[in-house]
Amino acid sequence: MNLRYTIPLIAVIVLFLIAFLGAQVPGLQYVFGVVIPYLALITFVLGFAYRVIGWSRSAVPFKIPTTAGQQKSLPWIKHSKFDCPANTWQVVVRMALEILTFRSLFRNTRMKLKEGARISYQLELFLWVGALAFHYAFLVVLIRHLRFFIEPVPFVVQLIENVDSFFRMEIIYPVFKFGLPGVFISGFVLLAAVSYLFLRRLFVHQVKYISIASDYFPLFLIFGIALSGIFMRYVTKVDVTAVKELTMGLVTFQPTIPAGVDAVFFVHIFFVSILLAYFPFSKLMHLGGVFLSPTRNMTTDTRVRRHINPWNYPVPVHTYDEYEDEFREKMVEAGLPVEKMPQPAPAEEPASDSEPEQEEQKE
Amino acid sequence: MNNKTLIIAGLVIFLIIVLFPFWYMRGKAAPAPEPVLTPMAKAAQACVRSTEYMKSEHMQLLDVWRESVVRDGKRIYVNPQGKEFNMSLSNTCLDCHSNKAEFCDRCHDYASVRPYCWSCHIENPKEKT
Ligand code: HEC
Ligand code: HEC
Ligand code: HEC
Repeated sequence: MNLRYTIPLIAVIVLFLIAFLGAQVPGLQYVFGVVIPYLALITFVLGFAYRVIGWSRSAVPFKIPTTAGQQKSLPWIKHSKFDCPANTWQVVVRMALEILTFRSLFRNTRMKLKEGARISYQLELFLWVGALAFHYAFLVVLIRHLRFFIEPVPFVVQLIENVDSFFRMEIIYPVFKFGLPGVFISGFVLLAAVSYLFLRRLFVHQVKYISIASDYFPLFLIFGIALSGIFMRYVTKVDVTAVKELTMGLVTFQPTIPAGVDAVFFVHIFFVSILLAYFPFSKLMHLGGVFLSPTRNMTTDTRVRRHINPWNYPVPVHTYDEYEDEFREKMVEAGLPVEKMPQPAPAEEPASDSEPEQEEQKE
Repeated sequence: MNNKTLIIAGLVIFLIIVLFPFWYMRGKAAPAPEPVLTPMAKAAQACVRSTEYMKSEHMQLLDVWRESVVRDGKRIYVNPQGKEFNMSLSNTCLDCHSNKAEFCDRCHDYASVRPYCWSCHIENPKEKT
């Protein structure tokens, strides 16, 4: 047993029990349905702002050209625009590719020894695919949930619902019925992706080695959120109208707890509240942090533009050339090597010739 | 660097998006719709199943009905009270709930569901005959 994932797992189970048992107590429903969600949202907003403002105060590092392509330099070297952006517009493209398509995960490789000692590097795309599925499914699920928070439901949300539920299926057995309400695939994709991301940490031993409790906890929590949501919609069948009454009450600051809301719903909203409150203090802040990735969001123009340190002031310098000019005779006497041997100066005429020569060399 | 203003602007935009439902609704109350019962439904007093069951599981009941009629050819449904119903969307549900617009649709608009059934099934069977 590995405490790094057993402790988060136990934590999530305890959270589940708290909400599930708490929701059975009539008075506590108000706590789980109204008080905790409000507190969680406040924590999220203030915590997020606090973290981002904290970041905005830290020093901006020098440009870090970690690139997979050539920087803009000489005209005959092909410039790789979106790997090594030279202007703001190209940086925007690089950032968009990173944030929307997770380009740096796409570059994952795995090193393997082949036929004894031959090293080979192979593309490793499973993490990229899993991460894309996870984040986009999560986004669709989030947008879809706006139907609980806005009345009338906006057209965009309806459009996404229609696309998400295009997949019709029907499984009808006495014990298991599935098909109506229509199946939203995003929820299942989310559940599958979060399971994959967990199993990856469990079975890829390099990843397991670097995984700690704060890696597992959000995975378990999101797993719990997705599972309780799916359970509520397809199995225990919560009364959607009553749930929307509750959520609209939250949004319009007229909180109510209508009758007939299932305990599973309270588990669901409690998990979401925990996620929101935990968010600003965890690795999940990469939602905001990704925009501040110093290796991605700065122009890589260190060969085009010279960086002058802004707090430089003129310093009196004594270059080596000047130093040698000053001490050349003494150095030669002491047997130290010099760049330019002093002219032996036996004849008078060539000496006048050698002087302009020396100056030329200095330049 | 003027990164600070840029970051704060991004943060403000993010928070505006997060709190979108709050400022969009502006405290406007959005109570749950009250489905209107027709005189016929009122006289019948009870639905096919208990009201709680109907509220949350009527779609599944319809799915079971459809399966039973279309695949097994069985058209009679007996509810737990022993009452018999003809398993039909238009002829049973919309017989009692003939006011689809004030009943089914009102609820569905609120919950943002758009059942695709009506592209084939008649919405108002009484009007037709
Ligand atoms: C109490 C409000 C309410 C009333 C009244 C109501 N429905 Fe529904 N209905 C719902 C909700 C809520 C859903 C969606 C549940 C979900 O999304 O999980 C739904 C879903 C459905 C679905 C499945 C649609 C889909 O594609 O998922 C069908 C079919 C349906 N209702 C038929 C009817 C019919 C027919 C009537 C009128 C006789 C009716 N409903 C009256 C609330 C209601
Ligand atoms: C015999 C007449 C009758 C038939 C047939 C009937 N209903 Fe009902 N239905 C009622 C009555 C009466 C109520 C109100 C029960 C109450 O208020 O307790 C009701 C309530 C409902 C509700 C809950 C509305 C709410 O929120 O209060 C839904 C949903 C519903 N019916 C859907 C259906 C569907 C779907 C069908 C077809 C499978 C159907 N009904 C068939 C009479 C009927
Ligand atoms: C493509 C057209 C089509 C669509 C869409 C459709 N149906 Fe049907 N449905 C039929 C046909 C055809 C029958 C068979 C009629 C019969 O045998 O009496 C049927 C029969 C049924 C029956 C049993 C018989 C009856 O008279 O109602 C039910 C219940 C039913 N459908 C429910 C639904 C529901 C609920 C939906 C929406 C979620 C739906 N259907 C969507 C074509 C459709």
